[in-house]
Amino acid sequence: MNALISFVAVIVLIIISFVGAQTLGLSYLFAVIIPYLAISIFIFGFVYRVIKWARAPVPFRIPTTCGQQKSLSWIKNNPIENPHNWLGAFIRMALEVLLFRSLFKNTKTTLKDGPRLVYGMNQLLWLGGLLFHWSFLIIFIRHFRFFMEPVPWCIKALENLDGFLQIGLPVVFMTDIFIVAAVTYLVLRRLTDSKLRYISLVADFFPLFLILAIAVTGILMRYFTKVDIIGVKDIAVGIFSFNPVVPDGISSLFFIHLFLVSVLISYFPLSKLMHMGGIFLSPTRNLANNNRVVRHINPWNPKVKMHTYEEYEDEFREVMREAGMPLDKE
Amino acid sequence: MSETLKQEELVQIDYKPPGTGWMDTKPDIRKGKINWGAVQKSVEYLDLPNPRKWSPTDDDWQLPKDWKKIILEGMRERIEKFRTFQVFMDICVRCGACADKCHFFIGSGDPKNMPVLRAELLRAVYRKEFTLAGKLMGKMAGARDLTEDVLKEWFFYFFQCTECRRCSVFCPYGIDTAEITMMGRELLSLVGLEIDWITTPAANCFRTGNHLGIQPHGFQDSVDFAVDDLEDIIGIKVEAPVNKKGAEILFVVPSADYFGDPHYFGFLGYLALFHEIGLDYTFSSYASEGGNFGLFHSNQMMKRLNSKIYMEAKRLGVKWVLGGECGHMWRVINQYMDTMNGPADFLEVPKSPITGTVFENARSTKMVHITEFTADLIKNGKLKLDKSRNDQWRITFHDSCNPARAMGILEEPRYIINSVANNFFEMPENCIKEQTFCCGGGAGLGTEENMEMRLRGGLPRANAVKYVHDKHGVNVLTCMCAIDKAVLPTLIDYWVSGVQIGSVHELVGNALVIKGEKERTLDMRSDPLPGKEETEDV
Ligand code: SF4
Ligand code: SF4
Repeated sequence: MNALISFVAVIVLIIISFVGAQTLGLSYLFAVIIPYLAISIFIFGFVYRVIKWARAPVPFRIPTTCGQQKSLSWIKNNPIENPHNWLGAFIRMALEVLLFRSLFKNTKTTLKDGPRLVYGMNQLLWLGGLLFHWSFLIIFIRHFRFFMEPVPWCIKALENLDGFLQIGLPVVFMTDIFIVAAVTYLVLRRLTDSKLRYISLVADFFPLFLILAIAVTGILMRYFTKVDIIGVKDIAVGIFSFNPVVPDGISSLFFIHLFLVSVLISYFPLSKLMHMGGIFLSPTRNLANNNRVVRHINPWNPKVKMHTYEEYEDEFREVMREAGMPLDKE
Repeated sequence: MSETLKQEELVQIDYKPPGTGWMDTKPDIRKGKINWGAVQKSVEYLDLPNPRKWSPTDDDWQLPKDWKKIILEGMRERIEKFRTFQVFMDICVRCGACADKCHFFIGSGDPKNMPVLRAELLRAVYRKEFTLAGKLMGKMAGARDLTEDVLKEWFFYFFQCTECRRCSVFCPYGIDTAEITMMGRELLSLVGLEIDWITTPAANCFRTGNHLGIQPHGFQDSVDFAVDDLEDIIGIKVEAPVNKKGAEILFVVPSADYFGDPHYFGFLGYLALFHEIGLDYTFSSYASEGGNFGLFHSNQMMKRLNSKIYMEAKRLGVKWVLGGECGHMWRVINQYMDTMNGPADFLEVPKSPITGTVFENARSTKMVHITEFTADLIKNGKLKLDKSRNDQWRITFHDSCNPARAMGILEEPRYIINSVANNFFEMPENCIKEQTFCCGGGAGLGTEENMEMRLRGGLPRANAVKYVHDKHGVNVLTCMCAIDKAVLPTLIDYWVSGVQIGSVHELVGNALVIKGEKERTLDMRSDPLPGKEETEDV
């Protein structure tokens, strides 16, 4: 149900942009106003959210330790999974962000007869997630060729790396295939695994379908229909140079693509997609486990009612005396 | 209660979620799956809100009139105070990696015991009240109104989480459902939804210095008993000072160590060890609890209970503090104590008076874990150990959640066990160290009325013990946690049978060759040592 709602929502978005740009001829709205709006929402929203998190205090240092602590000199500690200084924590974070290290450890629990619990390896999600995120990033970077004139060498180099098949023209990019495959997998696992289906919200399917639609429209434009690349590039460069232009004759596929991207980036700061920023601020991962070495300060360390030894001795003085225990006040 | 629950029935676990969506499925609140509400007296003693006589099985939980306002205000306050709370509410992508990592889910199949859904219980209300998307789109955005039923569901599921942090190991963002549970419990406490097995020990501890409510003379008695019992075993009457000013070290143990079985055998081990090395230490009756049920209640309660350790160290004028075998106690000491009640600048950086080793890793807190201390002694050859005195045991080791995932003290106990005993066998890899499974009764849930959930939640742990029991004939499960030692006997008996629970320092006590001891025939349990069975009877 949630999947269906999300799917329909994306279809509706496609129709809106098709009708809007093609039939109603609102190309200026779709090529200029909406993208500007979306970019502003994205930037302000993202920054706002991150600042809001960053301003919240971290009262306690609570890293999740996943390895041996640093204690006695002859015991081998695990400097990354249980970092004892900022460098370890930095490496831990880098591995988390770049390689999804925690997800790599994923297991699948099965209950067999006996009863016997078995924990099998389960790296599919890791693989799917990694392929998806990296493809997304590379595709995003590749798009800079549309915003920049001349195209920087590093983008060309990336394209060369990414392109592996040449069936006539143009070159097929690996990431195009990967992203479609990975997103499809991510959707399917939400639909087929009963546990995941149970927890998945509209907000979980919607970005997946949206990204899938973006990828598919992009692929259609690149490999199957001829879009006016020069015109598209004019629009893109125009937007980023604050000198927007809308040439004629741009295919409606492009407007759909651009509109969906606009929706995605405006939706971004409102949604779970903010995990992109949040992962850097997760106190169980980005802190060193050195609480016993360096005192962590809680900015709001509360005053609490304590029970002092004097009060305790006052209450129990007699029994303590009888038991022959030392007393502060005789 | 465990007798009436049939194993065959308990393992019929259906991992398929029910047909109704989770927002429309009500929890099955009944004995076996809940903990009783806190008694009025304890709530009053600690000046907590809404003291009354109530039970979670009642229909009317007698909430204060403006309960909703209180909860929402409490949420707002915590959102501002805890980055964890904010970030964890915002960034979960419901990838499900944590889903089958929770022992309560594995053992019950209840989808709301998947960490992600446990957190969603709070998150859905958070979305409704504190996010734009939730306000605009309501249920479509996964938002939910806070109603009395929702509150009851919180109570049910936040007291079905042992704050073990296993889920956090697997989450790609480190989302720690234990932290979310802690927030949930703090909120519940604001309207008087407390459980007795947390609040009463906390009240006891606040008053008498320990969870069990043992008064000072009772504490003195327990220590004297232990000294006598140890004398029967080793033939030496050891010193065990209490409240002694000017001692070098204050030694703080969880109260179960001197009052519970099998903890007590480890307590005898400590006494024997300290005698042998001539340690200048003292117990304190005022700080006679290392454990801290405040951790399971609220950050404030944790601070209130924990404050005694430093205050007492100061009053007694010791140089540093040594801590006994306990799990959640060490989470508090490692991650909270210094922040809450430090700086302990009146103490010195801990230095072993026997080996001269300076414990740099406790430079600021000034508190050393007993296994760090003992491992150092053994490594430096300061102890004479006869491993064969542990030959009656085939041993495995259970990493307790907090020492493993909130500290990382993994190798010290293993080094000690391997130095004092011959037969050590690890449980399978996915069940130890940072992936260890909870005993099922941590975080205040180790009660009789919660037995069904304990047995269910303890299944993964017990199952791994069964594995090494069948494969290697393991007959003792050692651990260094007072809650473990209290709840594991029932659990292991139920699922495995034929495996005892023991302490690391029980094994140390057995193996330790003490100067001037009588010919040892008994172990710390006063059972005959291997090879001494006959001579015993003559
Ligand atoms: S693993 Fe983390 S992100 Fe994934 S569902 Fe669980 S809490 Fe959410
Ligand atoms: S902290 Fe432990 S008990 Fe709580 S949800 Fe996570 S795995 Fe389950």
